[in-house]
Amino acid sequence: MSTQPFDDTGAVDARTNAAEERYYLASSWTLMRRRFMKHKLALVGGTVLLVVYFFAIFAGFFSVADPFERHPDHTFAPPTRVRLFHEGRLHRPFVYGLKTGRHPVTRAKVFEIDREQLYPIRFFVAGHEYRLLGLFPNRVHFIGVDEPGVLFLFGTENLGRDMFSRVLHGARISLSIGLVGVAISFFLGCLLGGVSGYFGGWIDTVIQRVIEFLQSLPTIPLWMGLAAAVPITWPQTRTYFVITLILSILGWTGLARVVRGKLLQLREEDYVMAARVYGASDMRIITRHLLPGFMSYLIVHLTLAIPFMILGETALSFIGIGLRPPVISWGVMLQQAQNVRTVSLQPWLLIPGLCVVIVVLCFNFVGDGLRDAADPYK
Amino acid sequence: MASYIVRRIIYMIGLLVVLSFVTFAIIQLPPGDYLSTYIANLEAQRIPITDELIESLRVRYGLGDPFLVQYSKWMRSLLRGDMGDSFMLNRPVNQVIGTRLALSVTLSLSTLVLVYLIAIPIGIYSATHQHSVGDYIATVFGFLGLATPNFLLALILMYLTFTYFGWAPGGLFSREYMAAEWSFGKVVDLIKHLPVPLIVIGTAGTAEIIRILRGSLLDELGKQYVVTARTKGVGERRLLIKYPVRVALNPIISTIGGLLPAIISGATLTAIVLSLPTIGPLLLQALQSQDMFLAGSIIMLLSALGLIGTLISDLLLVAIDPRIRFEVKG
Repeated sequence: MSTQPFDDTGAVDARTNAAEERYYLASSWTLMRRRFMKHKLALVGGTVLLVVYFFAIFAGFFSVADPFERHPDHTFAPPTRVRLFHEGRLHRPFVYGLKTGRHPVTRAKVFEIDREQLYPIRFFVAGHEYRLLGLFPNRVHFIGVDEPGVLFLFGTENLGRDMFSRVLHGARISLSIGLVGVAISFFLGCLLGGVSGYFGGWIDTVIQRVIEFLQSLPTIPLWMGLAAAVPITWPQTRTYFVITLILSILGWTGLARVVRGKLLQLREEDYVMAARVYGASDMRIITRHLLPGFMSYLIVHLTLAIPFMILGETALSFIGIGLRPPVISWGVMLQQAQNVRTVSLQPWLLIPGLCVVIVVLCFNFVGDGLRDAADPYK
Repeated sequence: MASYIVRRIIYMIGLLVVLSFVTFAIIQLPPGDYLSTYIANLEAQRIPITDELIESLRVRYGLGDPFLVQYSKWMRSLLRGDMGDSFMLNRPVNQVIGTRLALSVTLSLSTLVLVYLIAIPIGIYSATHQHSVGDYIATVFGFLGLATPNFLLALILMYLTFTYFGWAPGGLFSREYMAAEWSFGKVVDLIKHLPVPLIVIGTAGTAEIIRILRGSLLDELGKQYVVTARTKGVGERRLLIKYPVRVALNPIISTIGGLLPAIISGATLTAIVLSLPTIGPLLLQALQSQDMFLAGSIIMLLSALGLIGTLISDLLLVAIDPRIRFEVKG
């Protein structure tokens, strides 16, 4: 101890001690959160995902037109540009009117901008009816323009339906299929991996062989075979559920491996022995003592499994054996982009694909950040 | 080593039997069968249908038997090397699949080689020059490559070449060589058509390997033995290749098993989008028209390729890392 009451070095010591103490006192979850916050890409990815899911949940509110409504006069209309300047002067956000004409030589239909007609963008306007959160009938929309002006933020497709509204509604299906699928994989993976790792013996051998077998199969051909078995006549919800099940058939195997490996490692720990001596049942030991021990690894694994399922749904629907119209999903929307000539004339048909890439990228960033954070004591 | 290989091969044969059963179950799943599609077609053409006709068709296609009988028939003919007839094309499956399978395997293997040739140097560079511009480019490419679905990449490449060069890549041969016999000209033509499919199929794998190699090499580079070797005066390049890279390649080689099925998967979709005359589009067609022997044989063959890939990767792993024992894991 120093003899002087205001010793500088002592104060520094005390400060570092306090920081160290905070580190040692912090729960592992706090440490993980701190580490995650340092991963900038993961933060960006997480924020983008939150925004995208928010838009998907309130798809009806944010959409401009009814996603099923056809605009026969406006098929393949290019994305409407929102403008701020009219004749060189600053103006509130508005769009010009859209005229259809004929190309002077080819006689093909072309869209022209009518600079005489101004339609200011209005907020919280009344439009087509939808159900907020699927429950409350509502007519209020975030943005819109007065009739007969049109606002196609992402353009329209072959039947003249608004791509922007369809992308929003498609997000609901495409993004939820990953979550539901992962939930199923999570259940199967924890159950089978847990049983395999905890009991060992022949049960373990059988489950491991099944996993090896499933993992050595090429995913897409297997999915194609299973998806082709879904009858076209089935109702939409059932098709959705079955496709999700198909996607998670292979998803659980990776998870089961992680669970098993961790269980094998953890079951030798003293606290498990203590619980067993105390008379806890197997189920209780697994769920109360073992699972929390590697929850963080599970979360990492799940985050990285979601994009895999999103890609799977998109791919299956794209080749026409996943979800089918009239269901709106990003994969179903991309069916229209199968032809190069169509795409080269109407590149905005690729927007759903761009959405897939962005969402999958963000999930990968978040998963990377979580992986760094999962082991906070490193 | 020899006994290990024998054991693995026996094990693989067991898996193949299970595989054939699963495949057969999958192709039997759809309600109705090819016959009902066929009859519907006849009805549409207003051809009178009698019970005798249906019965004779049923016998001809062997569709009336119970599941296990059909399965054992299929298995028996498979063992004789006969994969049954394609209903859709009215030809033996062997004939239909032959060249397509050869093209598929060529495509998958050349993609595999290309992926390693490109990914390993980039991965090593990325790890030894951590936080350099090149490293960031490789990282961005890695993430993008993993996030872009194959078919979308194919579409984008087709879109770009179509808008900027005025032609759409597709197929593996030009029109004049499509039906021609194999010749030098046809091979050259094939090589000309390869780049786009190779890029599309290989991107995801390349991205993944760069990321794995970079991670594991970074771990190795910080280890004591690297420092020791350096203080003893081993040249940087020699040092890198001789020790850490060899260790860091381990996880890569153990993924060959998974990479081959992944490449086959990716190739299936890509082939459909780029209309390559490989196995993918044929599988889709067969599944859609419930041509069960054709679809079943294709799924079976592709999956068998996957199993072989796993075996090869395990053997390679033993060869490169003497610490791994010749025992079946578990």
